[in-house]
Amino acid sequence: MNEIRMLSTSGILGYGYAEDSLRRGMAREPHIIGADGGSTDPGPHYLGAGTSFCNRMAVKRDLKLMLQAAVAARIPCIIGTAGGAGGEPHLQDTAALVREIAREEGLSFPMALIHAEPDRATLHRMREGGRTKPLASLPELDAATIDRAERIVAMMGPEPIARALDQGAQVILCGRSSDPAQWVAPALRAGIPPAPAWYAGKMLECGAEPAVPKEPDCLLVTLRDDHLVCEPPNPIRRCTPLSVANFALHENASPIHHLEPGGMLDTEHVRFDPVSDRAVRVSGMTWTPADTYTVKLEGVERAGYRAITLCGTRDPVLIGQIDDYLKGHRQRVEMKTQAIGIPGHAWQMKLRVYGQDGVMGAWEQAATTAPHELGFVVEVLADSQEIADGVLAVARTSLLHADFPGRLCREGNMAFPFSPSDIPLGPLYRFSVFHLCVPDDPYALFPIEHERV
Amino acid sequence: MPRIRDIAQVCKSKNAGPFLVTIDVLFEDASVYRQVKATGVLNAALFARLYGVPEEKVLFTPYDAALAFKATLPRLVPAGDFGDTDVYGAQQHAPLLEVEVPLNA
Repeated sequence: MNEIRMLSTSGILGYGYAEDSLRRGMAREPHIIGADGGSTDPGPHYLGAGTSFCNRMAVKRDLKLMLQAAVAARIPCIIGTAGGAGGEPHLQDTAALVREIAREEGLSFPMALIHAEPDRATLHRMREGGRTKPLASLPELDAATIDRAERIVAMMGPEPIARALDQGAQVILCGRSSDPAQWVAPALRAGIPPAPAWYAGKMLECGAEPAVPKEPDCLLVTLRDDHLVCEPPNPIRRCTPLSVANFALHENASPIHHLEPGGMLDTEHVRFDPVSDRAVRVSGMTWTPADTYTVKLEGVERAGYRAITLCGTRDPVLIGQIDDYLKGHRQRVEMKTQAIGIPGHAWQMKLRVYGQDGVMGAWEQAATTAPHELGFVVEVLADSQEIADGVLAVARTSLLHADFPGRLCREGNMAFPFSPSDIPLGPLYRFSVFHLCVPDDPYALFPIEHERV
Repeated sequence: MPRIRDIAQVCKSKNAGPFLVTIDVLFEDASVYRQVKATGVLNAALFARLYGVPEEKVLFTPYDAALAFKATLPRLVPAGDFGDTDVYGAQQHAPLLEVEVPLNA
């Protein structure tokens, strides 16, 4: 029976893990070590801005220990979705970090970069050929959306990663990659069938998340032909049927049907059996190959520029009439911004009220009981940073100083915790492309580049 | 009547991509899960009511293998877009915690 052991160090590269967990995990002689570098989860900003949402110093620490371990054990180290969003700047920044670590630590290895930012001509060609399809409730992909996007990445499946391994790479940095793909690739190469391979990939994509107590840390998966065993190397953690089942539901719309680049993982009849008080065996998953190989595209566009401010009130007279006060606030901001020459069509304003419906917005159904304090975040979106800053300054002054019936606090209505109070946030990006596409083959959008580090 | 917060071991929400939020409830004890399922209290209509979303927009799945229920709803605002209140979708489970389940304890 085939067996492959894979060690995932952390949910996201840069979230940290115990050095002792890595040592204990490596003592189990894994065939692969790796970590996922990113996700769309922190929102569209990082893909648009080309920056990582994990701190470089934290990523360097996590990566250095992994590279040292991989080189010492002569096993591959695979990083999925490098730099957080997996675009070209993210991939290049991570590659530069690997070279820096190798130089400082005296490490040497063959490295592969797998690019995942297809050129626009290719995307246009696929769109014109009717080979794109919207996901969620987005409209069909049109040419203008492709042109307008700040950045579009394609999400690779396991095939390009397996090819980089075939070609001799020891360290592989992927651009945007499906979270399980970096684990599926070596598993399939070891002769493991797709169903347990994809399931193992799902378990490994977030490090020790399928274990309790939950904290960023390592997870070891032992994968055989018809099942896998999840076990955290850190003795303070354990996998239980509940902790593993809980993670099986992670970030999927359906708990049962998981659509992947080459098919569908069906988990309806999965069994979670404890094999010790710290390890769980998962079996019974099935795999249905897809008729057509699809790849997901993710893209963002710039929607404007933002500025925000934070403040709070402790005044019961104001809190008792806050809804009316905020209605009046909006009217005052409209009037005063016009007076300084900012047209109404150039900006929008949202006001979150923490203590009322700040967390759930329009989904909030709870009857409001009068709190003793309320917190506010004023958010302005505008065509330029200058306008956003200008409108926000008006909104802040107006919130602080406007009159209301029964007012006793004549010097100001709000407690501002910071000076400066106004925070320019820069460009606001929004997801504009979230579409499937049908590439010529699983490798077409993902060129592999080799180098000797 | 016990509430979900009294009888479930996990009740959580999270993004399922930038356009969906998914809410999970898990039970450690198979018989409690089966009893909760038998009451029929957890269903798409419940989530539609709790979140003010049309019922046909709710994907509701009982998942026997994990002793779990999952509901997935379209987000009001895509993750990180203007006016979003919860980029990770991690704090949208709270209304479910208070739901009462008529169990024969």
